[in-house]
Amino acid sequence: MTDPTTRPGVGKPRTGDSPAGTSAEDPAGQPGDGPAGHRERSIGRLGDRKRARLDELARATADPGGVSLYRDALRRLRRNPVAIVGAVIVGLFVLVAIFAPLIAPHDPVQRFDELTRDLTVDSIPGATAGHPFGSDPLGRDFFSRMIHGSRQTLFVGVLATLIGLTLGVLLGAVAGAFGGWVDVVLMRLTDVMLALPSLLLAITLVAMASRSSQWTVIFAVAIVSVPIFARLLRGSMLAQRESDHVLAARALGVKERNIVLRHMLPNSLTAVIVQATLTFAVAILDAAALSFLGLGDPDINRAEWGLMLGVDGQRYFEVRPELAYYPALAIIVVALGFTLLGEAMREAIDPKNRR
Amino acid sequence: MLRVIVRRLLQLVVTLIALSALIFIWLRNLPGGPVEALLGERATPERRALLIKALGYDQPILVQYGKFMQRVLTGDLGNSIRSGDPVTDVIARAFPATIELAAAAMIIAVGLGVPLGYLAARYRGRLLDNLTIAGTLLGISIPIFFLGYLLKDVLTQDIHWFPPSGRISTGMDNTTVTGFYVLDGLLTRELDASADALWHLILPAITLATIPLAVIVRITRASVLDVLNEDYVRTAEAKGLRHRTIRGRHILRNALLPVVTTIGLQTGALLSGAVLTEKVYNWGGLGTLITDSISGGRDYPVLQAIILLAALVFVLVNLLVDLSYAFIDPRVRVR
Repeated sequence: MTDPTTRPGVGKPRTGDSPAGTSAEDPAGQPGDGPAGHRERSIGRLGDRKRARLDELARATADPGGVSLYRDALRRLRRNPVAIVGAVIVGLFVLVAIFAPLIAPHDPVQRFDELTRDLTVDSIPGATAGHPFGSDPLGRDFFSRMIHGSRQTLFVGVLATLIGLTLGVLLGAVAGAFGGWVDVVLMRLTDVMLALPSLLLAITLVAMASRSSQWTVIFAVAIVSVPIFARLLRGSMLAQRESDHVLAARALGVKERNIVLRHMLPNSLTAVIVQATLTFAVAILDAAALSFLGLGDPDINRAEWGLMLGVDGQRYFEVRPELAYYPALAIIVVALGFTLLGEAMREAIDPKNRR
Repeated sequence: MLRVIVRRLLQLVVTLIALSALIFIWLRNLPGGPVEALLGERATPERRALLIKALGYDQPILVQYGKFMQRVLTGDLGNSIRSGDPVTDVIARAFPATIELAAAAMIIAVGLGVPLGYLAARYRGRLLDNLTIAGTLLGISIPIFFLGYLLKDVLTQDIHWFPPSGRISTGMDNTTVTGFYVLDGLLTRELDASADALWHLILPAITLATIPLAVIVRITRASVLDVLNEDYVRTAEAKGLRHRTIRGRHILRNALLPVVTTIGLQTGALLSGAVLTEKVYNWGGLGTLITDSISGGRDYPVLQAIILLAALVFVLVNLLVDLSYAFIDPRVRVR
């Protein structure tokens, strides 16, 4: 294990996050490094060992999900080039989405005479003055639609992820908090959902709706991720039920409801946030797949990358492949960005990598 | 061991019954259900009532479900609303096509993924490793139907290396025995038919293999990296064992357990991917059947049967995977 003192200035956060043993290597009395209290007491070798035990106790009783865990993870993220690339992609994507109306030169649904004039079934105008990406199949400015597409794609991805996360966390928390037969029933339910291929489940859900809309797509894509979130949270909650800090809270007479809400849930959320980042990538890919199968959003005015790729991109692939290339490239880059960021985050919070 | 298998099979039955009940009730309670699909929206109330009675939809849902299960157990899954053929026939026609495609994709994914993952781990941080990781990230981020179109465009239109769609050339005189065209050709000694089917199979299989391949490479790499750090590998090296022996007996054998689990779980991804791949290459398997069952009027009996079949395949494959642990790793007690 690396001696933290060999890396001065790193400022290792201390509250209850260091693996057992690490702190014992730390020479006594580094004032200002982490919470004091028990640190000053340690003198000599015996003191070292005692302090290690106290540290362990502190870790057990303190809230291990406190600032330090995030600060520690954040520190590791900032040094990881993969995380930075992911974060830059995601950041740019979100910025473009927010400022889409300012960036895009035209209204994404306006049809231009100079574009529709040359429009036929087997010829769609390419780049012209004022329209850098040319026309879409309806004579609209393709560049503006691509820019506005970031907005709709972000909307679909975020909403699908949030709905999946909320339902999954709810199921997982209930299962993990109550245990017993509630747990058995809920986990059987997730088993049934996991037994279905994800896209098949999404297809079935869309087919269930009387008519498809943007919401059926969002909902179908969201439901697919519910069992994953539920399993994740439940596993984490079950592990914590037996952990020392929950035992300590219980011994102090904290109400069961508060133990779940204040002690168990916050500690499980890190893993959930990481999963959400990864889910976002899957959500926009699944939404594109549904559009491709003809089960997507039927609104022809909506500029969303998955929709543009799955419908126009497919239909006019021979005529003008750019209609598929650009949205596909946008989806790949954004999905890649979220995946990189999510995996770097997962690595950062993995206790195996904590030093 | 036998007791374990029996218990797992019983669990499987429970899962399937729960799933069938959910789907059954769900499907019957939907707007735009099968009655509308059969008659269209402008049918007279009298005709609708007649059909509802004929289909038995006027009875309590539990009775309907009981009758449905009774028929299912005798192998009768009803008739397709679209074609009128028995659902079992419709599915039996499409099933081999999808299995052939999925099996080919899995062979590519495992055959390429495990060695690539192993090499990436062995040469960690080197060019090969970095390229492999970049490739896998791209593989899981690309919409596979887009990849399919791209491959198809380049390899069948620009340069005519592969046929653009279908399972076999038109006019190819092939005898169907099992429904797996490549295998049929071998069985009946019609080698040209077999080769032709294989030629049609390659592009769709590569397209479908993308995601499982990426996942298997990553898992293998991570798993091998874990094992490489183990003391027993160092011991084996110190003992002066041959490189090949260490690789086979010490590294791969121990690293393979998570990989086998992944292979099982990827069955689901294969079935999802098949829906997209089959549409791109006009493959005519279960994936095509699903798409057609939804877009061409909601063919619920077919849809329902495919969903149950997919779940059955997925659970069975994962049961086999769990049981195979005992063979790969004698320490594992299957519980």
